Amino acid sequence: MSKQINVALIGNPNTGKTSVFNALTGLNQTVGNYPGITVEKKEGLCKLPRGVKAHILDLPGTYSLNASSLDENVVIELLLNKNDKDFPDVVVLVSDVENLKRNLLLFTQIKDLEIPTILAINMSDVMKNKGISLNIPELERQLNTKIALISTRKNTGIDDLKHLISNYRDLSIEPCLNASTIDVEYFERLQKAFPNQQLYKLWLVITQDVNFGKMTRQEMDVFQFKTKSEVELKRLQQKETIKRYQFINGVLKEGLTIDASKATGLRAKFDRVLTHKIWGYVIFFAILLTIFQAIYDWATVPMDFIDAQFANLSEWVKHTLPSGVLTDLIAEGIIAGIGGVVIFIPQIAFLFLFIAILEESGYMSRVVFLMDRIMRRFGLSGKSVVPLISGTACAIPAIMATRNIENWKERLITILVTPFTTCSARLPVYIIIIGLVIPNNYFFGLSYQALALMLLYIIGFLMAIFSAYVLNKILKTKSKSFFVIEMPSYKLPLLKNVGLTVLEKTKTFVFEAGRIILAISVIIWGLASYGPGESFNNAETIVAAENPELSGIALDDAIASHKLEHSFIGIIGKTIEPAIKPLGYDWKIGIGIATSFAAREVFVGTLATIYSVGSSEEDENTIRNRMASEVHADGSKIFTFASGISLLLFYAFAMQCMSTLAIVKRETNSWRWPMIQLGSMTVIAYLAALVAFQFLK
Amino acid sequence: MGLTIADLKKGERGIITDISSNDIPLKLLEMGCLPGNEVQLVQVAPFADPMYLNINGSHLAIRRETAALVLIDKLLNE
Repeated sequence: MSKQINVALIGNPNTGKTSVFNALTGLNQTVGNYPGITVEKKEGLCKLPRGVKAHILDLPGTYSLNASSLDENVVIELLLNKNDKDFPDVVVLVSDVENLKRNLLLFTQIKDLEIPTILAINMSDVMKNKGISLNIPELERQLNTKIALISTRKNTGIDDLKHLISNYRDLSIEPCLNASTIDVEYFERLQKAFPNQQLYKLWLVITQDVNFGKMTRQEMDVFQFKTKSEVELKRLQQKETIKRYQFINGVLKEGLTIDASKATGLRAKFDRVLTHKIWGYVIFFAILLTIFQAIYDWATVPMDFIDAQFANLSEWVKHTLPSGVLTDLIAEGIIAGIGGVVIFIPQIAFLFLFIAILEESGYMSRVVFLMDRIMRRFGLSGKSVVPLISGTACAIPAIMATRNIENWKERLITILVTPFTTCSARLPVYIIIIGLVIPNNYFFGLSYQALALMLLYIIGFLMAIFSAYVLNKILKTKSKSFFVIEMPSYKLPLLKNVGLTVLEKTKTFVFEAGRIILAISVIIWGLASYGPGESFNNAETIVAAENPELSGIALDDAIASHKLEHSFIGIIGKTIEPAIKPLGYDWKIGIGIATSFAAREVFVGTLATIYSVGSSEEDENTIRNRMASEVHADGSKIFTFASGISLLLFYAFAMQCMSTLAIVKRETNSWRWPMIQLGSMTVIAYLAALVAFQFLK
Repeated sequence: MGLTIADLKKGERGIITDISSNDIPLKLLEMGCLPGNEVQLVQVAPFADPMYLNINGSHLAIRRETAALVLIDKLLNE
């Protein structure tokens, strides 16, 4: 087998880099993580002409090789390390035609590293509308490379790009300009100190330390070479940037013409409305409202269908497999638990769909712009809006999305308050409780249940804002406030990109959640099916003696619930019951809450497991029906309006997600912040639930 | 003397002459905020902050306090 060509896709954010990646690899792609850090690593395979294959790596978007975030640093680390197995044979620099000038800055930097670099100019379909024309041969000559003019929207030029990749050996590796002229004497000394190293690489290593903290490198210990202060180095970096732009302006004078009279002002027209002082906010809230309507109301059709399918499946397993311990575990524990997650696929997919569309279309930047001033009052940044919105899907990617917040204090506060936003793992709990305790009536076309859900989202968001405000007052970190955000042009989201994102994220959610639920269901089932001592093992005799009037199904039910109460889980539950009784819960809900500290979505599966073990019935009861029929010892219902609201508030505020705690630990680099989060959020949740239940009961 | 981007009104344009601080983030320079380039104020959020700019064809938003560090000569609209 011939060697694969290693290709790295590099480019500014918003250039359609991911679309190029999707066009090259199709469905042959995997998403993982770089070892040790939580930056997403996307790679895939691409078939080239003549049976050659290319390994394509989609690197995080960056404006230059001067890293200021963890994601951007991945790009530099790779390009500086020739021994990395992913070190590119050829770089494809993806640029968009409208921002060619800015994109070329990164291009000239990579060229200076003497790596073959193809320039892929994307979005060529908009050239005519924007009055842009390019002189490709002239650009190729001045930039010392080959150019592929592509449009991922119209699917043109991809074959040219593939052709260029397979012939990467013909590309020149000569740099575009000589950056060392910004301080000739300094660069001469640097080269003398490390004669075996490439000069621009040395410079990047030195400035990377300034930009991004000390890196240990065995091959070149640049720390000895400290002849300039940080301020001087920063000034040199500025000079370098200016010099690069001078070169680029020269190139584009010949290679690019823009006839402004032919340009259509689509951006201006949209911006006039979408960033308007009043309409901007009205539209933003209308969009949010639509999202909630969709995930609550529209998603119920496929959800009811899935619910019924799982109830049938469970029935089918019970009747088909030989009855026994294993069959019970599969039917009552595993299928019920997995069903509790699978049912939420429609809602989670809807959420990811909307977020993907908002990001892809360029609208999210406008929201950041509109919200920055308001968010700053609470110690947040306009960029905190993105984590707070995507936190409605899952707090983990949301916390990773805080990386582009430049100011550390604003970033820390965002990380700390993001788990208050209503993530999709809370949905299973919310939906089932709302369904039980809120009447299913309509009010001007909006259902009460949808309004209740909306209210929970608002409560979560307000709590996030309020705690940010408090944290802003408490935290004494001093850091420079600074904020730059690109306002990309509006684009119609590509179906393929959005579809792949939704598919990928939903898959991850289901498998991650599924794994935890599977494990916990099995444990809970085991603990519920076995117990110590006489009262568990002789349940039949004891119950029959105590209730001589019972017979048949009623007797079986009484035995099952007696057994459950004296099983291991029953004993644990009874022990913690005093702590949760003031909140209006019984011990079964207590077990659900305790297991939810692993992950919230476990709640439904846990209850399903406990309830199914606790009844002898073989009817086709769904989880919701079982919960509705649960009663206290005195016959009163367990899930009332008061206990329901109390439970909803507990889940709204409590920090019940181990994965989020782990990610906070990684992003803040200490256990201190996740522990503070866990402690304070749990206390807030307990108090809120306590007040609600005592007040409403 | 001393006009900055923060003094522009919506739709007005200027030429960047100097940057009055070493603390100006490198990222801003990389996005084209360099002496000699043209800047136009496209839109402002409520309270005129942040400011949505078109610098040299790059569209970006920065806060008012950063905008006040970038010196300009105002261009008259023809």
